[in-house]
Amino acid sequence: MTVHSGDVVTTPRSDGASRGPDGPPYLAVRDLSVAFPTADGEVRAVRDLSFSLALGRTLAIVGESGSGKSVASLSIMGLHDRGSTRMSGSITLGGHEIVGMSPEELRHHRGVAASMVFQDPLTSLHPYFTVGNQIVEAYRAHHRVNKRQARERAVDMLARVGIPNPRRRLGDYPHQFSGGMRQRVMIAMALVNDPKLLIADEPTTALDVTVQAQILDLIRDLQRDFGSAVLFITHDLGVVAEIADDLLVMYGGRCMEQGPMRTILGRPLHPYTWGLLLSVPAVSGETDRLRPIPGAPPSLLAVPSGCPFHPRCAYRDRVPYDQCREVLPDLYPRTADGTRTSRCHLADPERIFTSDVLPRLS
Amino acid sequence: MNPHQPFPAPVQVSNEVPSPERPDAPLLDLRDLSKHFAVGRQRLRAVDGVSFSLAEGETLGLVGESGCGKTTVGRLITRLLEPTAGQILYRGVDLAHLREREMRPYRREIQLIFQDPYSSLNPRHTVGTIVGTALRTHDIVPKGEELPRVRELLDVVGLNPEHYNRYPHEFSGGQRQRIGIARALATRPKLIVADEPVSALDVSIQAQVMNLLQDLRREFGMAFVFIAHDLGVVRHFCDRVAVMYLGRIAESGPREAIYGAPQHPYTQALLSAVPDVGVVRGTPPKVRIRLTGDVPSPADPPSGCRFRTRCWKAQDVCATIEPPLEEKSPGAGQPGTAPGQRAACHFAEPPKAAILAA
Repeated sequence: MTVHSGDVVTTPRSDGASRGPDGPPYLAVRDLSVAFPTADGEVRAVRDLSFSLALGRTLAIVGESGSGKSVASLSIMGLHDRGSTRMSGSITLGGHEIVGMSPEELRHHRGVAASMVFQDPLTSLHPYFTVGNQIVEAYRAHHRVNKRQARERAVDMLARVGIPNPRRRLGDYPHQFSGGMRQRVMIAMALVNDPKLLIADEPTTALDVTVQAQILDLIRDLQRDFGSAVLFITHDLGVVAEIADDLLVMYGGRCMEQGPMRTILGRPLHPYTWGLLLSVPAVSGETDRLRPIPGAPPSLLAVPSGCPFHPRCAYRDRVPYDQCREVLPDLYPRTADGTRTSRCHLADPERIFTSDVLPRLS
Repeated sequence: MNPHQPFPAPVQVSNEVPSPERPDAPLLDLRDLSKHFAVGRQRLRAVDGVSFSLAEGETLGLVGESGCGKTTVGRLITRLLEPTAGQILYRGVDLAHLREREMRPYRREIQLIFQDPYSSLNPRHTVGTIVGTALRTHDIVPKGEELPRVRELLDVVGLNPEHYNRYPHEFSGGQRQRIGIARALATRPKLIVADEPVSALDVSIQAQVMNLLQDLRREFGMAFVFIAHDLGVVRHFCDRVAVMYLGRIAESGPREAIYGAPQHPYTQALLSAVPDVGVVRGTPPKVRIRLTGDVPSPADPPSGCRFRTRCWKAQDVCATIEPPLEEKSPGAGQPGTAPGQRAACHFAEPPKAAILAA
């Protein structure tokens, strides 16, 4: 098998808890670029993004606001504005090419092949309809069943996501649920058509920690039961450590580093990932002064030349000839099997991590 | 920011805080503070008997999940709300029911930093006006002479002093939060109530603002009531921590005790739910306590201990007798609470297994 340098190749979890059979990736994104015009100029939200995701696996995409992570996930769902968005590259979902698909085909695909859970369930659920109606509608859009059968399916789904008294709650409106319960409703609705891919865009960011823990458990359980692929968009590295098999770090619209989650968070090789880890105030370990990344993330209207991270990078002086400012580094493979890659000119990131970064991570 | 920046020279002030009735009183002393809201026919007990005190220069973290009443406590201290019952003693003077005019001198000393840097700054005002208004309202500098002080304040919070003429939309989220901080600092407060000051910011920016707050605290020595849901942020910033649940304090104490040996089951559950990125670097996995169900409605809180409906230790006594917030003395194989640590639980004890990695 030839390994594309930008791929995350499916590998069993290092702790042995391998999930799902190794197979061809269900979702394959290749050289995806997404841009849309705004009054201030063209926003190049995603550039040359490649990754793949097999059934039974969870890939997390982390990045700060404006890194392009949400645009990437919306493109996979075909939820971008078709009129104005410029999109190139390829997205295949279960063997079907999404880029360039007609709206009718896309609608058929959405829900069955892939569905999405958003950050804020209060704005993603319709306030005027009962949750039962909304789940039934989603199911009947893809299945030729009568309303009674669809309602039974909705009851099953609500029960499956842990909502007490599902039959009675079917007639309730979204505002009658708490934040955590509402997110469960969203998940029930997303899974009602048995999608093979679940995209979760910051699904726990608006929730309290104890509820977040419940929802992460739920997503993990459902994935095990249904064998689906999960694409998890988040900014929280702690959540990534809990849920992901593989990790992709985005910055300024590009992938900076990707590979198995445990090696990326355990021994990251990109200065941006180091900066993220050093910025997080942990609940354990030393309470030293935090070491923030200086400056602010770039606007996608004007991404810096060369490596997009170079203006904030503490290590750019270690690369000769001003390369960081002038030349965009490739996504170099960092292991022999190509399972992990990082986009950085540094010759010996491994050594710098061990000597400079690791000691400060306590 | 320049660490050697001197504290701006005091200027003549017209509306001084009256000299405290009790000079030995703590800076802030909340006594049995309650705030009930009328919602239809129900009484929503947002804050229901909260007491704590804060010394000069001390930092107290107020943590808890949404709806626990932590924000309401902040709004009571700053008297954006009037309490239903209880006292807010600021240097011995009860602010609880002061009229607006009587409150004004205290507003200078007690300032608020808001969560959302987008909605807490007037979009039609320049930064100079936003920060300068605080100076003008409290007669801190003579009329017409605000600008030098505004520039000084912008410099202190790490913004370009020449940007006083810009509008909030010209700044990023992190910079806007710095403007909010400059506004709070303008009156040289003794106490800052910071309500989720970094939770709307990206991680890398959040760390910058946290460090700024820490620098300011070291330099100017003001006390903080730091309201946050992020337990990591609170741990980095606060000397003491109070954990709230359904309008009451479940546990409070020094940071080391709360994070190292939490005694209230709710504190333990809260800490164990925080995802810790350290596990990938070989930190041993911690016990997981998963709470079931939701927080009960504050309009109809459970009898006895408010946490009992979700507590795995609950016994009959929990439904009938409300456990007081108190230090536990050692005995019967229990080590007791650390000095200054108080837990409102009949069965308070340190966790049996590690909640957090050491």
